[in-house]
This record gives sequence, C-alpha cells and structure tokens, in this order.
Amino acid sequence: MTIDEKQQEIIEEFGLFDDWMDKYNYLIELSKDLPEMDPKNKTDDNLIEGCQSKVWLNAEMQDGKLVFTADSDAIITKGIIALLIQVLSGRNPKEIKDAKLYFIDEIGLKENLSPTRSNGLLAMVNKIKAYAMAYDLKQNQ
Amino acid sequence: MNQDVSYDVSAIRQDFPILNQYVHNKPLSYLDNAATTQKPQTVIDRVHKIYARQNSNIHRGVHFLSNQLTEEYEQAREQVRQFINAKHAREVIFTSGTTHSINAIAYSFGEKYIHEGDEVIITGLEHHANIVPWQALRERKNARLKVVPINDRGEIQMDAYERMISSKTKIIALSHISNSLGTINDVKRIIEVAHQHNIPVLLDGAQSIQHQQVDVQDMDCDFYVFSGHKVYGPNGTGVLYGKEKWLEEMPPYQTGGEMIQKVTFDKTTYNELPLKFEAGTPNYVGAIGMAEALRYVEKTGIQAIARHESQMLRHATQKLQEIPGLTIYGTAERKISVLSFLIDGIHHYDTGMVLDKMGIAVRTGHHCTEPLMNHFGIEGTVRASFAMYNTLDEIDQLYHALLKVKQMFS
Repeated sequence: MTIDEKQQEIIEEFGLFDDWMDKYNYLIELSKDLPEMDPKNKTDDNLIEGCQSKVWLNAEMQDGKLVFTADSDAIITKGIIALLIQVLSGRNPKEIKDAKLYFIDEIGLKENLSPTRSNGLLAMVNKIKAYAMAYDLKQNQ
Repeated sequence: MNQDVSYDVSAIRQDFPILNQYVHNKPLSYLDNAATTQKPQTVIDRVHKIYARQNSNIHRGVHFLSNQLTEEYEQAREQVRQFINAKHAREVIFTSGTTHSINAIAYSFGEKYIHEGDEVIITGLEHHANIVPWQALRERKNARLKVVPINDRGEIQMDAYERMISSKTKIIALSHISNSLGTINDVKRIIEVAHQHNIPVLLDGAQSIQHQQVDVQDMDCDFYVFSGHKVYGPNGTGVLYGKEKWLEEMPPYQTGGEMIQKVTFDKTTYNELPLKFEAGTPNYVGAIGMAEALRYVEKTGIQAIARHESQMLRHATQKLQEIPGLTIYGTAERKISVLSFLIDGIHHYDTGMVLDKMGIAVRTGHHCTEPLMNHFGIEGTVRASFAMYNTLDEIDQLYHALLKVKQMFS
C-alpha cells in the first residue's frame, strides 16, 4: 500500500464517525495499539519537547526501509502518532520525503498539527521528514 | 447552592458580548480568566471611539484632538491612582504589562542599587516573568538570587523567609497572588518584615488587581505592577506603581521622546515623573481603555465581585473533590478563584482537549511556573479560573465534563 492509499484508508475509516467523541475514542484505542517504544530509545536526543505534551521519536533503517517508533505522555497525541506511524513508517526514505500529508486535515484533526498547539506533533512530522531526507541523500551517494 | 441574589451575573454577562457564542456547537464556558479576561462593551466602545473620533498623538500637539486626548490619558492615570489608592498620580507609570513593569524595575532599580554580592529574594510561587528578569540582573551585576520555599499547600514559608533576609538583601519581589495555585500571600506581613530591614518590596499584582481591593498605601508596598488585560482592559497595557522616593532616584530604563526635558549633544536632562519612565509614544488608546475597565469594575463593585468569585471557588472545590482520583494543587487557606488540578493517570493536555470540545476553555500546562510544577513533581496541571461573569452552572458543566473525561481515558 502506498502512502496515499494508506491516507485514503484512514480518511474512509474516520468518515464513519459522527462526532468528535467517536473520533477521540478511536484515537484512544489507537494509542493503546501503538507498538511500545523500546525504553532504551526514550533518550533526551529522541525527545521532542512540546509545551503541552512530550513526544519521543526513534528512527532506524531496516533493509532499506525507514522504521519509526514513537511515544507520547498524552493519549490523544499518542493516538495521532499511531496514525502517522501507520502512514509513514517502514517505507523507503524517498517515498517519505516526497509524501504530502493531507489525511490529518481531512479527518478534522488539523488543529493538532498547528504550531500554536505546541504538543510536539508538528515537530515530530518535521523530524520524520528530516530523517527521510538525510537517509535518502545517503542512499543516493 | 444559591447564587448571591444581590449580584446579577446574567446582567453582567450581557455586558460581555464574547461570552454569548458557541464553540464546537456548545455554549462557550470561558474558564481561562487567569490567562486573560474578556472585555465589557464599555471598554470596546471606548477604544473604538478613540480610533473613530479622537486619535492623535498625545503630549506634543497644539491642536484640539491632541490636547483632548492628552487630557484623557492623564485622567486615565488619575483613574488608576484612585483604583489602587496611590498617593500621587505621578507614581503611576503606564507600561505594556506586568512583564514590562517587572523588567523595568529589575533594570532600573538594579542599575542604581544592586552591586556585586547583593541579594534579591523571590519565592517558589513566581511566574517566569518574576524570575527571569532577576536572573538577568544577577548575571549583569554578579548578584545572588534567593528563593523562599513554599509548603505543599502552596503557601510561602514565613519562617524561612525571615531567615533568608540579610544585610545584603536589596529587594524582595513576589506575587501578590499565585497565578498557578491562587494562593493569596500574606503580603502585609511580608512587607512589614522587609521594612524592618529597610528593604523595598515589589508586588506582582497580575492576579490580584481583578480579584480584590488593592490599596498600595495600606499594603505599604514599594512597587506594585499589573496588566490591563487581566482586569477586563485592553491587551498590551499595564501599570508600574512605585513610591515617589524610589522613582525619583531610579534612572530611566529606556530613553527617547517625551521622557526628556532638554537635549543637546553634550547632555540630556530627563523629564519629571511620570514621563521620565514613559519613553516613546505610549499606548494611550490602551491606557484610556484600561481606565474604562477599572470604572466598570468599580461600578460592579470589587467587593461584590470578590464575594461572587469566592462562592465560585467554594462550589468548584467541593464539586471537583467529589471526582475520585482528582487532586487539587494549591490548597492554601486564602485563595482566589483559581483551581489547578489533575485527574490520576490522565494527562492535562488530554483533559484540556476534551473539555475544549465540550465548549469549556481552560488552561493546561505549567502556566509559566515551571519551578513551582517541579515542587509538586508534575509537568503541569489543568487550571480553571473564574471571573466576575462566571456562573455556578458553568462549574456544574465543568464537573460533568470531567466525569466524561475520566470515563473516556480510564
């Protein structure tokens, strides 16, 4: 499944929900299903300090694919992380680098990626992109 | 519980147009008043009228509009003087807010009186705005910054405070009321002790001006600072009150227009108080708007507001304590209507996000008091803060919303 196909799938999933409460409950479920991050990767280097919530992000190359693991101390944030991981993790760096993320807007969670929220999510997306660019560059060398 | 019958909260709400709206399809319940307060129509109208009919730069014009507005600006100063019961209007300096006022004092007082090895005392309750300017001063002057510890109720430890004062102490700067916890500090006692050692005291009044009668002469504080936007006035306005004897001796912290008397390339003489401390074109629109806000508070009655708010606090404290696993941070005996809390195992950000969806505006995070959060070993809290226009119904709404939060996240 491509990044865009995955985004489309999530948009359709969220289309089933009538209100924010269902959406949030679903994010809470997703947060519980997010594979646990190896505690040894919860380093200060991997910490993205938002003013409101903390996010940890670890990146590793496995067989040419960039694999992300992440965590947050806030559940809603963690639920959105789970979605971002579903969309972006385990893909080759070029695909991640070139991806346009539109699903967050489409499922009505745009506010969560706004710079004013300061929950660490926007910084996380930026960091994912930066990793992808760096590894893509490395692969092409 | 019955609402105070003599206090017509629904009539007051009518004066604040912003309150009458829906967010996320829910009626707005604005409980973030410690961050900023909403503005009554009279203030909005006043500011509008200046721009529509009166605007002109003050203090320097020969023409009608300039003279008219200069007069109103000085009347605004007189209104502030009266509101805080300062002795002279020239002791009232207009600034852009509390942070500006504290920075100005830390710089100007520091230049004159703080030398290497001297000490400044603050407390564990302080907002960053009353920590960082003193840290900067410490670096500039090689001085020391001492912090009076607090107890777990969020009260200043008076015995520690008294022991901390030394012959090196040059100023004591503390919040009149804590923004994160709502603690009302025993400032009269603190000032009395300081004055026994001839040490001046600066009160950060950002959270007291809107909640209780402030009388700077009765408290005998040397400096009192506050922001207009926290007392129903326009944003970007504030006051620095200082006793004349200090302000006369302290050097200007900014230089430029209006604060000068005479400029030649060899020497400049400074203007008299208060203009000496008001360099550049002041925010005269804001100052006049702020004076209008103070008139609104006066008309409503600060005592009546205080009674209403303490009723809010009692009701909210009682309701929230009914929620299992909810901890209130800040349980001082004397508090204003600020409630900081956390529900066991639920992140403050998650709580705030869900409350927002239910139309309830609260603050989450460390509230610019990270050292205070460290004292309690937490990252932040959810803070609900009530103002003159909040209702008991809104508190009940908050209570039910929190039950929902609890259900969602457990």
